[in-house]
Amino acid sequence: MSYNWDFVGKRKLFFLISAILLGAGILSLLIQGLNLGIDFKSGTRIDISVKQPVDVEQAKKEFEKLGYEHPSVRSGQEGKVLIFRTDEALDKEKVLQIQKHFQQVYGDSFAGFQEQRIDPVIGRELARNAIIATLLASIGIILYVTIRFEYRFAVAAVLALLHDALFVIGAFSVLQLEVDVVFIAAILTIIGYSVNDTIVIFDRIRELMDQVKPKSWEDLSRVVNVSIHQTLIRSINTGLTVVFAGAALFLFGGESIRYFSLALLLGLFAGTYSSLCLASQIWVVWKWRSMQRVKERPAN
Amino acid sequence: MKVRWGRLALFFVLVAAILSTIALTTRDILNNLTLGLDLRGGFEVLYEAQPLEKGQKITPQVLADTAQALQNRIDVLGVTEPELSVEPPNRIRVQLAGVPDQEEARRVLGTPAKLTFRDESGKVLLTGQDLKEGGAAQDYDETGQPAVRLKLKDADKFARITREHVGRIMAIYLDENELSAPVIREPIPNGEAIISGNFTVEEAKELADLLNAGALPVKLVEKQSFAVDASLGKLSLQQSLEAGLYGILVIFIFIIGYYRLPGLVASISLIAYAYLVLLTFVLLDVTLTLPGIAAFILGIGMAVDANILMYERIKEEMRHGKSIPAAVKAGSRRSFLTIFDANITTVLAAAVLFYFGTAGVRGFAVSLIFSIAVSFLTAVALSRILLNLLVRANVAKRPGLFGVKGDEIGEL
Repeated sequence: MSYNWDFVGKRKLFFLISAILLGAGILSLLIQGLNLGIDFKSGTRIDISVKQPVDVEQAKKEFEKLGYEHPSVRSGQEGKVLIFRTDEALDKEKVLQIQKHFQQVYGDSFAGFQEQRIDPVIGRELARNAIIATLLASIGIILYVTIRFEYRFAVAAVLALLHDALFVIGAFSVLQLEVDVVFIAAILTIIGYSVNDTIVIFDRIRELMDQVKPKSWEDLSRVVNVSIHQTLIRSINTGLTVVFAGAALFLFGGESIRYFSLALLLGLFAGTYSSLCLASQIWVVWKWRSMQRVKERPAN
Repeated sequence: MKVRWGRLALFFVLVAAILSTIALTTRDILNNLTLGLDLRGGFEVLYEAQPLEKGQKITPQVLADTAQALQNRIDVLGVTEPELSVEPPNRIRVQLAGVPDQEEARRVLGTPAKLTFRDESGKVLLTGQDLKEGGAAQDYDETGQPAVRLKLKDADKFARITREHVGRIMAIYLDENELSAPVIREPIPNGEAIISGNFTVEEAKELADLLNAGALPVKLVEKQSFAVDASLGKLSLQQSLEAGLYGILVIFIFIIGYYRLPGLVASISLIAYAYLVLLTFVLLDVTLTLPGIAAFILGIGMAVDANILMYERIKEEMRHGKSIPAAVKAGSRRSFLTIFDANITTVLAAAVLFYFGTAGVRGFAVSLIFSIAVSFLTAVALSRILLNLLVRANVAKRPGLFGVKGDEIGEL
């Protein structure tokens, strides 16, 4: 291969980059938390579709007329969707009142109305189940990879997937983007992709380990570097095709899945990065330590 | 080596068969897909059944009866294909797609079913709560006609009311719908009444069910609701399909540009993949939601991975100096386990997700699992078969067709 970038040698840099990014995310989570959608908080969300772009300030005034103080209104989809959110679980009559009011205000350009109301209990349950699901999935992955490979690979793969999930959650906290139930699905897709990507590289490392049987740190790190290089084109190409799909969803998929697509895109980048720059590096450091320990033991 | 026309013909026949099957049946499949409320508009509400009286237990039976009661009210609305699902321990999810009058639907569902017994002037004499739970049953009267037998909680109260209303009508209402208007013939002392009329057995049974359902002392509290305008649902569907189309086109251009002949094979198997995934959705009656479509489109991106893994391996083998047929053989064999290991871990994650997820997330997990299974089938089996046919037909002779440059090939 003409390119010979030292992925293992740069490991400290990668660890540092990830530590900074995750640190910022965690800090943001601690300070400002997540901008929870009504799925996780009690409240109502109303989406009003309009045929022409709308004036958000004007819409805010309309909501004030209906008695909502400082209404949270934003627009999406080139201004053609008006999104109103309140922490109050509005009853049917109030929702109807809003619908009727805006039907009048926009007249013929009123195109559609969507309403969602959730009790926080349900949202909390969902979030709890998602966390349990992630942990169980992690355990399942560790078990499977341990049986097929070895436990160091398994733990490194799981650390990489937790990194990716945490990175996206952190990014959503920093940018204060709204987190809803679909976000959970996005995180879980990211986890699936991340593992997939990591396993392919580990598979190659294992194959080379059987052939080379490295004794020194140089040998070991060369095995990892060669493995990454041999699968690099595949990693990039697969990453690209998935990003094509994710980007198409983000650009053309409509307002309702915009944040879902964004989470996916961020996660796909994180997943490719962690597979190339973190997972193998965690493994190689760990593996080298245990190799040295084995070496020392007979001497003692 | 001469071109083997038989193999080549087989390749084209196979491709033509696949593409024409897809072209001919896709419309039917698309029409048979169950779309979620977010894609076709409609109304979903999640109720929590709460006891009306202290100490009352919400049993699975009570929940099932309540669901039946809701079903009856939906029938009043004339909604086709309502979907009710009981979610233990105490929840009922109602989905109404394509409701003509969403407002009315909300009102009818939102107010708890109320069963009343009224006199001619409309005065309420008894309510559903006076009935014993499960106290109504289909039976026969003394003439052998189908009738409904009722048991009441308070025999004295019933005796007093019937005594006061002998010879008059005591109409039974579920909300404002008159179910039956029996005449009280004589005072009833023991708290057991028989309603006879010109019922068929089915009608009597239905009335008994309605009475039992109406008699349930359960309070339904709306925990979650979701309403999408039909036009908005349509827009979402259209947008996500458009997004999918663009995404897939770019993917095709990319893999054909990069992998040349194998890329073309991959594109064909990806089309088959997309088709088969949709087919499994129809066969298993998976409800397609917006995130489901997103997962499906993303799945196409991921399904390419199996092909890419294989082609990269093949290229590697070719660079090591193997002949094209040998490289294809070795490459597909050596990539198999990697593809398997990588996919099984994702399936594992999706399975856990399915087990713990709620309705929406479950649909997503199911889509993911089937996408992976089908991608395995098409990428590993179909791509290999097609590529092997081409290779054995001796048409794929130049490394350039695989995107391998001549000077990259080392000596064996």
